[in-house]
Amino acid sequence: MKKATDNKIRKKGLGVKAGRGIGNTAVYIGLVIITLIWLFPFFGIVLESFRVETPMQVSYLWPHKFGFDNYIRLFKETDFLRWFVNTGIMGVCTAVLQTVFVLAMSYGLSRLRFKGRKFLMNAMLVLGMFPGFLTMILIYKVFSDFHLIEQMAPLGLIIVYCASSGMGYYVSKGFFDTIPKSLDEAARVDGATRLQVFYKVILPLSKPIVIYTILMGFMAPWGDFMLASYLIHENSQGMSVAVGMFEWLSKTMVNTNYTMFCAAGVVVAIPVTTVFLLLQKYYVEGVTGGAVKG
Amino acid sequence: MKKLNDLDYLKLNKFQAFLYNLKLFFCSIPMWLKKAGLKIVEFFKNCGLGIKNEFVDIGTTFTKGNWAVKLSFFIFGFGNFFYGQILRGILFLVFEIIFFAYMFVPSGGIYWLSKANFFQTGNTVGNVQGGYVYNELYDTDVWVNGDDSVKVLLYALLTVIFIVAFIYTWRLQVKQCRICMDITAKGKKVKSGKQDLKSLVDDEFHKSLLALPVFGIAAFTVLPIIYMILIAFTSYDAAHNGYANLFTWVGLDNFNELLNFGYGGLGLAFGEILAWTLMWAFFATFTNYFLGMFVAIMINKKGIKIKKFWRTVLVMTIAIPQFVSLLYVAKLFDATGIIGKLLLNWNLLPDSMIAANQLSLWLNPVSAKILVIIINIWVGIPYIMLMATGILMNIPQDLYESSRIDGANNFQQYTKITLPYMMFVMGPYLLTSFVNNLNNFNVIYLLTQNNQLINTEIGTAGGVSVCHTDLLITWLYKMTLNSAETKYNLASVIGILVFVVVAVLSLIVYNVIPSTRNEEDYK
Repeated sequence: MKKATDNKIRKKGLGVKAGRGIGNTAVYIGLVIITLIWLFPFFGIVLESFRVETPMQVSYLWPHKFGFDNYIRLFKETDFLRWFVNTGIMGVCTAVLQTVFVLAMSYGLSRLRFKGRKFLMNAMLVLGMFPGFLTMILIYKVFSDFHLIEQMAPLGLIIVYCASSGMGYYVSKGFFDTIPKSLDEAARVDGATRLQVFYKVILPLSKPIVIYTILMGFMAPWGDFMLASYLIHENSQGMSVAVGMFEWLSKTMVNTNYTMFCAAGVVVAIPVTTVFLLLQKYYVEGVTGGAVKG
Repeated sequence: MKKLNDLDYLKLNKFQAFLYNLKLFFCSIPMWLKKAGLKIVEFFKNCGLGIKNEFVDIGTTFTKGNWAVKLSFFIFGFGNFFYGQILRGILFLVFEIIFFAYMFVPSGGIYWLSKANFFQTGNTVGNVQGGYVYNELYDTDVWVNGDDSVKVLLYALLTVIFIVAFIYTWRLQVKQCRICMDITAKGKKVKSGKQDLKSLVDDEFHKSLLALPVFGIAAFTVLPIIYMILIAFTSYDAAHNGYANLFTWVGLDNFNELLNFGYGGLGLAFGEILAWTLMWAFFATFTNYFLGMFVAIMINKKGIKIKKFWRTVLVMTIAIPQFVSLLYVAKLFDATGIIGKLLLNWNLLPDSMIAANQLSLWLNPVSAKILVIIINIWVGIPYIMLMATGILMNIPQDLYESSRIDGANNFQQYTKITLPYMMFVMGPYLLTSFVNNLNNFNVIYLLTQNNQLINTEIGTAGGVSVCHTDLLITWLYKMTLNSAETKYNLASVIGILVFVVVAVLSLIVYNVIPSTRNEEDYK
């Protein structure tokens, strides 16, 4: 009887090992396929950006003739550089201001206890249930009186991105919640004010979340189409890259601008992707931390 | 319904147990409703009680207070001055002066309030219609400005908010005066202005921290949302833009139009778009969720090398701005695009589509919807993968070892350990992601806007052409784009309805799904 079970276990153990070997091969094959699917469009866009024989969309991948014509056209004939600079400025300003707003809000809600704290959190939860775009109608009307639209849209957009950013406090609050309270108390006993506790004790410990917030702020203008297109309203001088390049693929323009779009896409993707991949570690920390704490 | 005890429950077979649980769920709905009703009643009772207490308190403050406190009922901050809190006194007094100045100057608060005609159905917002008047000097008709309804409504709303703030401040300073009186009666000293300022970085640090973000939210979210809720009850659209034509209060007309399923109403279009929005959110969330978890498990499997590389490959779709990748991928599936052409050449499209001359996947409503969901997997999986990786590392390894000894195979381990654990931890995230997908403008608009042809349109609804893949949010967006067909009023109603959908869903989910608040429950 004992021998039988021993055999069984041994057999099973062997099976598991062999199974793992086969399983790993299968997983590798799966991962390679996924990699191909994931990277194919990026290869495609890079290749097509160098295609010079026709600016139209074609049904083959490998260009017949390579050249930099699309890139040259991009900077010579269009306002692309202007859009790029606009978006870059928006990215930097949003990163700075949004970080201030988000950190102040999340620190206050996480570490300080005061009357109305629960009310504030519930109010923001309910406000978050409205589609954010709804606010743009009034904002557009008011901004047009202050000339913050069209040509000056980048400035208006910075205000829009930052003003309500306090509502996105969840991830960083989750982070502050994990820092032990005893640190605060020790500092308080030593006579530090709450402000000193904030910037002398907690902030130095919060590097990952600060970088995460900065990264999110920087990425926001590059990815936003909806709010930007609403304020910019087809004024080429005030456009961000997303709004400007979107037009190039419209039915009337796609036949002359398709390869240029690819080139512009590459130019946009390189800096943003580099920044993102360099700071990937912090991004992952923020995302996973936020998920676990809800 | 009769509740079974544990022993009887265990006797049921699986199917019976399922039926029993289902029945339990439905039988508990009336209980929830009752509980919710009781809670609402209790809430109003508390509110009533609170208000009553406030009035009683104000009354006693007035009768028991000395002459300084009594005077501060009319002159803001008088009590503060009296007890030596100069700084607070000045602030209160300045507030009062500004308030009265604003209210009573010509074209101040009272003026705007009287123009707005709040909620008087049939009345215009603002009462002077601009128009062309003959001008002798130029010998032609010249435009003479009237009221601008948009501004009238905005200023009237601001005035209402100002009045509420005034009442609150009045109450606040009366209370403070009384506290000052009590403190001095006990022989202690009240806080000086210097101490007040000092406490802003210490005990009252939250005030200085939150002032800016909260003000931003109030000005750029709360105010616009209240304003748009008001707009939902007016006729604000391209024809009545407030400047050339005043708009009117119309009561519930907009809601009626949107929910009218008969001829001329938008009910059918709204129903169809809402159904697709919910379906999209459901599929987008769950395909991403399960596949993302699957990929995470694959990458984190023991013995798989260069884990970092696989992860980075996936993260590329987060790193590259969505409008670049989505617009490009959408074009790939066009009839002239690389993949679209392949599908055509290899005859992979269904015959019915070819027969209808729908030569790419974008041109058929059903295939377009499926394609949108599939492409969304491409953008969405990496987020879930990252999260799931973090969680997978937290699952105690001994769970796996002990299950292995008990004879569980890989699949059983996945369904009995990994999946429940992840479900539990990521439950709240699923809700957030569902809500985000309901409002997922980028994926839908960027993928479909340039590719739709006439035959995938539902038709014209609310003055704009709506495609089969449009969500409520893209419909709302199209309605508000500056054009001759703008319908701000309907857009506001849609916004409110989106809010209702999200709120109801959230309430249900929070009540049904075990919350993570007591994580100990699971372990």
